[in-house]
Amino acid sequence: MKVELTVNGELVAADVEDRMLLVHYLRDVAGLTATNVGCDTTSCGACTVLLDGESVKSCTLLAAQADGASVITVEGLADADGTLHPVQQAFREQHGLQCGFCTPGMVMAIVSLLRENPHPTEEQVRSGLEGNLCRCTGYHNIVKAALAVGRLSGQESTAAENGSAL
Amino acid sequence: MIPAQFSYRRAASVSEALDLAAEYGEDAKFLAGGHSLLPLMKLRLALPEVIIDIGRLRDLSYITDGGDHIAVGALTRHHDLEHSELLARELPLLAHTAGQVGDPQIRHRGTIGGSLAHGDPASDLPAVVLALDATLVARGPAGEREIPSGEFFDSLFETALQPGELLTEIRIPKPPVRGWSFQKFTKRAIDWAIVGVAVQGNAVGLVNMGETPLRATAAERALASGAGLTEAAALAAEGAHPSADINASREYREHLARVLVGRALEEAATRA
Amino acid sequence: MDGDRTGVLGTRVLRIEDQRLLTVGGTYVDDLDIPELAGAARVTFVRSPLAHALVTAVDASAARGEPGVIAVLTGEDAPPLPDEPLAEPLLAGERVRFVGEPVAMVITDGQYRGEDAAELVSVDYEPLPAVASLDDALADETLLFPATGSNVAGAAGAEDSTGDALFEGCEVVVGATIVNQRVAPVPLEVRGAAATWADDRLTMWASTQNSQLARFAVAGTLGLPPDAVRIITPDVGGGFGAKIAVDREHLAVAWATRHLGRPLRWSETRSENMVAMTHGRAQRQEITIGGTRDGKILAYRFDFVQDSGAYPRAGFLPSLTRLMTSGAYLIPRVECSYKFVLTSTTPIAAYRGAGRPEATAAVERAVDLFAAGIGMDPAEVRRLNVVPPDRFPYTTPTGATYDTGDYAVALDKVLAAAGYGELRAEQAARRERGDRVQLGLGLATYVEITAGDGGGESGRIDIHEDGTATVFTGSSAHGQGHATAWSMLVQEELGIAMGDVTVVHGDTDIIPTGIGTFGSRSLQLGGAAVHKAAGEVKEQARGLAAELAGVTEQDMEFDPRLGVWRVHGESGTDLEWGKIAGAAGPDGLTADVMFTAASPTFPFGAHLAVVEVDTETGKVTLVRHVTVDDAGVLVNPLLAEGQRHGGIAQGAAQALLEEVVYDADGNPLTGTLADYAIITATELPSFELVDSQTPTGINPLGVKGIGEAGTIGSTPAVQNAVVDAVAHLGVRHIDMPTTPQRVWAAIREAANTKAMDTKAEAAR
Repeated sequence: MKVELTVNGELVAADVEDRMLLVHYLRDVAGLTATNVGCDTTSCGACTVLLDGESVKSCTLLAAQADGASVITVEGLADADGTLHPVQQAFREQHGLQCGFCTPGMVMAIVSLLRENPHPTEEQVRSGLEGNLCRCTGYHNIVKAALAVGRLSGQESTAAENGSAL
Repeated sequence: MIPAQFSYRRAASVSEALDLAAEYGEDAKFLAGGHSLLPLMKLRLALPEVIIDIGRLRDLSYITDGGDHIAVGALTRHHDLEHSELLARELPLLAHTAGQVGDPQIRHRGTIGGSLAHGDPASDLPAVVLALDATLVARGPAGEREIPSGEFFDSLFETALQPGELLTEIRIPKPPVRGWSFQKFTKRAIDWAIVGVAVQGNAVGLVNMGETPLRATAAERALASGAGLTEAAALAAEGAHPSADINASREYREHLARVLVGRALEEAATRA
Repeated sequence: MDGDRTGVLGTRVLRIEDQRLLTVGGTYVDDLDIPELAGAARVTFVRSPLAHALVTAVDASAARGEPGVIAVLTGEDAPPLPDEPLAEPLLAGERVRFVGEPVAMVITDGQYRGEDAAELVSVDYEPLPAVASLDDALADETLLFPATGSNVAGAAGAEDSTGDALFEGCEVVVGATIVNQRVAPVPLEVRGAAATWADDRLTMWASTQNSQLARFAVAGTLGLPPDAVRIITPDVGGGFGAKIAVDREHLAVAWATRHLGRPLRWSETRSENMVAMTHGRAQRQEITIGGTRDGKILAYRFDFVQDSGAYPRAGFLPSLTRLMTSGAYLIPRVECSYKFVLTSTTPIAAYRGAGRPEATAAVERAVDLFAAGIGMDPAEVRRLNVVPPDRFPYTTPTGATYDTGDYAVALDKVLAAAGYGELRAEQAARRERGDRVQLGLGLATYVEITAGDGGGESGRIDIHEDGTATVFTGSSAHGQGHATAWSMLVQEELGIAMGDVTVVHGDTDIIPTGIGTFGSRSLQLGGAAVHKAAGEVKEQARGLAAELAGVTEQDMEFDPRLGVWRVHGESGTDLEWGKIAGAAGPDGLTADVMFTAASPTFPFGAHLAVVEVDTETGKVTLVRHVTVDDAGVLVNPLLAEGQRHGGIAQGAAQALLEEVVYDADGNPLTGTLADYAIITATELPSFELVDSQTPTGINPLGVKGIGEAGTIGSTPAVQNAVVDAVAHLGVRHIDMPTTPQRVWAAIREAANTKAMDTKAEAAR
């Protein structure tokens, strides 16, 4: 079937198998490979993207279900001039990533979390990340990164997060 | 992992969904948020030939005050239940428990109707609608019918829904006794409950204590006849037939049910 | 002009790897979009659903008839086995030995078709009894390799046992049989590979910790000279020991690529990964410890059975465990023996710590049992028995020679940082009140061995005419931040700014010599090689600079702050690196070295875990974790802390949650990440790290390994804390993982024992 998505502000359209998962649409059709597959059971969160502004696990969504929606992946977060999104910046400053495999999903989960709760406590960050596994960092610096962004006052959500064009 | 091949049909209205269901019969499955069905399809434990996507039926996503009851559209997402001011006021048990389902990403997609229709005894919301004495509204070729929550869960992953029937609304009476509690016992926050307990007033629903979600009737009867909380909690596992798995023996589940029902009744009492 | 470039070592430099990983993501093997792999077909493995069976027939005709199916290859097509009694085939031949063993490979146009077609391959099995447990294996009734006559694949140490004499003179002797359970490594990126065959050469992109070792393995399998094989390692999404070199699936992909003469790519699913990537740990341990009532440990016996799984990939694990038997303690009499046995389960190999965590967990439980036996605080027992600072270098009874350390200081630092006395007081108050939620404090004082493999590592630095440098390293990063650390070493030594340094690794055509990353060896060997290469570059540059300046070498001086050479004391004679490189001969200004250390290094530390245990449900919550992890000099504390954090979490997860479980028929019950409980952020606190740096003299950087230390210390600390929380209820030991059910059962059993004792007393 034909599936049309706005991915990071750009229209992508393709005829795909009815059963194609959104994550494969993003990786194989849109060519955006930052979003990873880490499990088969909706457990690890490596495939997390924003669908119409909210975090979802793109391995547990048919591309067809997302037809017509706006998707933001980690590739769509930074400004066109390369300026990192505050969450990306905080990950770098706090050493919130090691091998980088869980990172795109983890960053998108935190972007969504902070939109819903801009100034979370450590406990809220930790429970907000219950669906994202990391095997390298022990979560310590990931949590620090999320808290660091949460402490920045007056953080506005960016155009990208809202699903609009960059 | 990816699902086996199927045909995808998207319903634009409830009647179209019912028509499609009638057309394809038992080969078809409704897909709401997809967070119960798609994982099974990826593991190829479910092999529907046709998927009827009802995810866009926005008119089935609502939470409204019906005077003596709250009406919740079957396609209302866990996230929306969790953040509903109306539910926080009138049915805090449902709002709170919806916030305990899965993880934030799952709550952005999963729906109350999908969760109930899946009939998983380890899910959180079935025990809650039991404890709330909800009525489930289904629409099928023969029209609409109401199913009391106590008659909805038949057996493991089986509900009273007939083939071709679609769960459309959950009607929940405003509880006469305000006190509530939800106790979810897990190894990790993300896990299914090893045992869960939903209490509203003197009604007690149990998660993962048998082939279906169920009420702790012995404990409820004891409460009704004036027994103390501790005495009632001791009866929490009476009549339950929990299974054993890698997380818990049957005996441990029964123990947890007693402990958690005790805690839930105590907490509910503080909120009454 | 730039500022001073020296002094970068020891500072918290942010990673240069991150910009890319955070914006476009890494390029892991499944992400490769390169012309060589255009049109590559997809490999899907058909795996055994049975733990132990004879393969009587494989019928692939239905699969072969499907559209998009290019080939189905089975054991009959695969190359013959090497002539070794326990050889592991690429695809199973007549027998399968674990659930998940590859039986056939389906080559299709696309991944989706691969999963469909794999279901159509029909394999007939004649089931055989499983060898699902160590007891099944030791019984030797069902043999996995009948020709060998036994499931025992190795043993050591039993012949040296002195029996009860070991504990002569001990006032108290205690012991237990404990389990260091089987766990799954679960790097977030599963295994994968892609390969091409062109011009009589095989090129393989592989997710591996060691491209050079992988090259030898692939060349050996294909019967090719090593230089006919090129391994390229793209970004690797975690390894944790389970991606050392390559597995049989990688080799099968390489073989099939050549066999079919077309590019192939393979990426397993997580469900496959859970049963077919090697597992770790898996020892049953018998510990006996004895000493005096005033706290002096005199003797320790450690006998264990190492589960090898279906194929003996990990003979080095039990010998490392044995080497580290006595841990951080000076124990006069120590004996250790082990058996290494085959079971019809996923093969065991390295997993973060690889042999040492098992030894540490055993001795740390033993010390706590001894402390409980004599009624002394476990911190005090440790202080009394750790190797004192004046005994270094210290050679243990099992033959390890510890280089440097001050174990008691590490312990005391942790106790002070945690407020140990106050915590004990809080614990006493809760016990006194009979609180539902009890507090437990668990300690581990550990020492471990890093870079214990005895090999060296390669390092090459090229200086370019534009003044930049390229570092070629045999070390292989998969998250550790090698590029950042190696650049820092170059900046410090040569005054070339980090931003002008490119680090290359993981391509065997460019870097044919190297060993790679495991055993916390990278910085002390690979980093030291870069340091050494920088020194050689400097020596060459001195001559070139002198020529350029028309003076003698002795007249040249190097200013590392600015990265320039000049004639001694003469301003205005500055020669920058680019200019000197331009003056070098046809090979350019380059140094290519191998660094080999005289011996391994021995990082050490102390961990204190604080847990709360709900005594009604058995649920454990880790509330604090305080550590000293002394790995010598720190090149970049930010990276070192990251390694500690990850290690602590992984070790705590073993103590609390993780276990690969099989049923009696050898069926895995933890085959997905829904069932296998990886720890999440919600189950962990932020960690409290205390700084400590005791240099080693084994390498010029003074560094030891830090990759595994956190894991080694945290597992026993957390386990000891759980036992401690309920010790007052009569609990002596709880096996890992200390799940709610286990803790609840232990409390109940202790209560029953107490009740029976009381009854028995009353009856008297």
